[in-house]
Amino acid sequence: MADAVKNPEVTRPGESSAGTGQTVWDRVAESREFKDLMATKKMFIVPAFIFFVLYYFALPVLVGYAPQFMSAKVIGQVNLAYLFALSQFFVAWLIAGLYVKAANNFDRLSKDILEKAENGKGGK
Amino acid sequence: MNISLVMFLVFIAITLGITYWASRRSAGAAAYFAASRQIKGWQNGIAVAGDYMSAASFLGIAGIIAFQGYDGFLFSVGWLVAYLTVLLVIAEPLRNAGKYTMADVLAYRLKPRPVRGMASLSTLTVSTFYMIAQMVGAGALVKLLLGSMVTYNQAVIAVGILMIVYVVFGGMLATTWVQIVKAILLMAGTILLSILVMAHFHFSFGEFFGAISQVTYHDAKGATVVKDFLQPGLRYKPPYGPLDLISLGMALIFGTAGLPHILVRFYTVPDAKTARHSVVWAMVLIGSFYIMTTFLGFGAATIVGPDYIKGHGGTNMSAPLLAQALAGNIFFAFISAIAFATILAVVAGLTISATTSFSHDFWTNVIHNGVERKPGEEVLVARISAFVVGAVAIGIAIVLGPTANVAFLVALAFAVAASANLPVIVLSIFWRRFNTAGAVTGLGVGLLASIGLILVSPSLMAIDPPTVTGAARHLIQAKAWFPLENPGILSIPLGFLGASVGTLVSHEPTSQHKFNELLVRSNTGLGAEKATAH
Repeated sequence: MADAVKNPEVTRPGESSAGTGQTVWDRVAESREFKDLMATKKMFIVPAFIFFVLYYFALPVLVGYAPQFMSAKVIGQVNLAYLFALSQFFVAWLIAGLYVKAANNFDRLSKDILEKAENGKGGK
Repeated sequence: MNISLVMFLVFIAITLGITYWASRRSAGAAAYFAASRQIKGWQNGIAVAGDYMSAASFLGIAGIIAFQGYDGFLFSVGWLVAYLTVLLVIAEPLRNAGKYTMADVLAYRLKPRPVRGMASLSTLTVSTFYMIAQMVGAGALVKLLLGSMVTYNQAVIAVGILMIVYVVFGGMLATTWVQIVKAILLMAGTILLSILVMAHFHFSFGEFFGAISQVTYHDAKGATVVKDFLQPGLRYKPPYGPLDLISLGMALIFGTAGLPHILVRFYTVPDAKTARHSVVWAMVLIGSFYIMTTFLGFGAATIVGPDYIKGHGGTNMSAPLLAQALAGNIFFAFISAIAFATILAVVAGLTISATTSFSHDFWTNVIHNGVERKPGEEVLVARISAFVVGAVAIGIAIVLGPTANVAFLVALAFAVAASANLPVIVLSIFWRRFNTAGAVTGLGVGLLASIGLILVSPSLMAIDPPTVTGAARHLIQAKAWFPLENPGILSIPLGFLGASVGTLVSHEPTSQHKFNELLVRSNTGLGAEKATAH
């Protein structure tokens, strides 16, 4: 309700401390805790992203350029193409599950940063 | 009285009830545009699934699999895997740094007016194309089921009026709950159909896949054909088929994370963690649904058969006809009513994302420089624009008519989202050097490249023999200049290229100074919008 009237800019927890040009945002961005958070995130997200993109595009590439190979029957009438497509669902779910687990760690790290920024160092 | 009609009316009554309830709680902008950010993770997850599983999924994929087998199932795969991009890259930063639209995230570091103007244009483009496809589908479906009572035009008008009512009176809260009801109905219907298909094959996968490996039908010349429908390549044939398949994959994987009606959903939850959980909920539902398209599509191919479907409403009627074959007319009516509910809900979701972008980005921020002149103006403008959006969609759907080729409209929506929206969102979050000129060029190039390439693609350009008449004829009678149906493989890199070149040829120190702000906000949620009390 409150922000119906306000200018649409989101509330800013802290603006530049007069004249120095360094904002709360810069201070947080340069803190060790924040750099740790970013490094931890990258360590999961970058490999996970690359893996799922490669695993996913392997499907159209194999199906498109090696249809004979992918038509090989594996169980009864079920061929490799269908099984590989089906595996995509489970791999996607697995990556999502792993991400949620890893993200609990991100939450813990960013909670520290939030508390510090909101209590100390002229944040308010 | 017609059973289908009764079921349609019951669903409409339920949704109008929800709208009435929501209208009494939708005071204020955060309530109207973002349901006060109080939607729970699982609820938003179901609503995301509801927004996403459109008529194209339920009727369209079942139809493609029923006629072209395995290649149709590839759509299903891409539509789920795409959510990993949403989960890993987009959902949390967006919730942390934005307010109502994707442009909020861009506007932090960049000059708000040009960026919001372009973002609003691409949002409206994506939503309108997607919406028209759904409206034409709804009109055709209703006409098929209630042909004796309702004409195509009346059906389109009825759908248009309902979606205006949901959005104008109920806002995001009503839209969310309409999605939830619809998603649950759709899942229930799909599970029931899947069980009935397996019962038909005595719950033996061997028997089911055995039948799939020898689907019998008649080709265009009348000859009997027996095909293994699990074999790839029935739709995507050489020379360009494989490339088209990769292009489609790119549009799906990178387009979903740029669809405005999906993105706005993440503003309805209290924080980034809940946004994350809602994506996971959505992935569970969406994944299960798309795995079950195996039963819907191959079930229709084996139990009903392409020949029968062709003579009774065509590809898009595969799922309802399967229901009829398995359990008679009441189940047919039930499945048709679910398809109708699906369309209504998706259209409402599209309308609210379009009107939010128009009033928040364009009206308040571009025209009035970020200041609401009087309290409540933003919501009022959104309500008025819902009328306009509804009227325009009704008009275009009527002009196009029931037999219009709408598949390319949905492809276009995904391609524009992937080529215009995604590059600028990603670069804005991850690239310190990125600036206003880059965002405007990126959005512009992505928009023009995807629309331009579709205009000269085989969807719209081909030389038909004189026997092909009416809506089946291609718009431009000439050899297609671009060989692929889906432009993604070229237009997505062009979008990124446009954004990069635009950035590198210009200089904007403020956008670099303010990068730290966006970086900290999007990664920690510092200063993020909080949930509001009703």
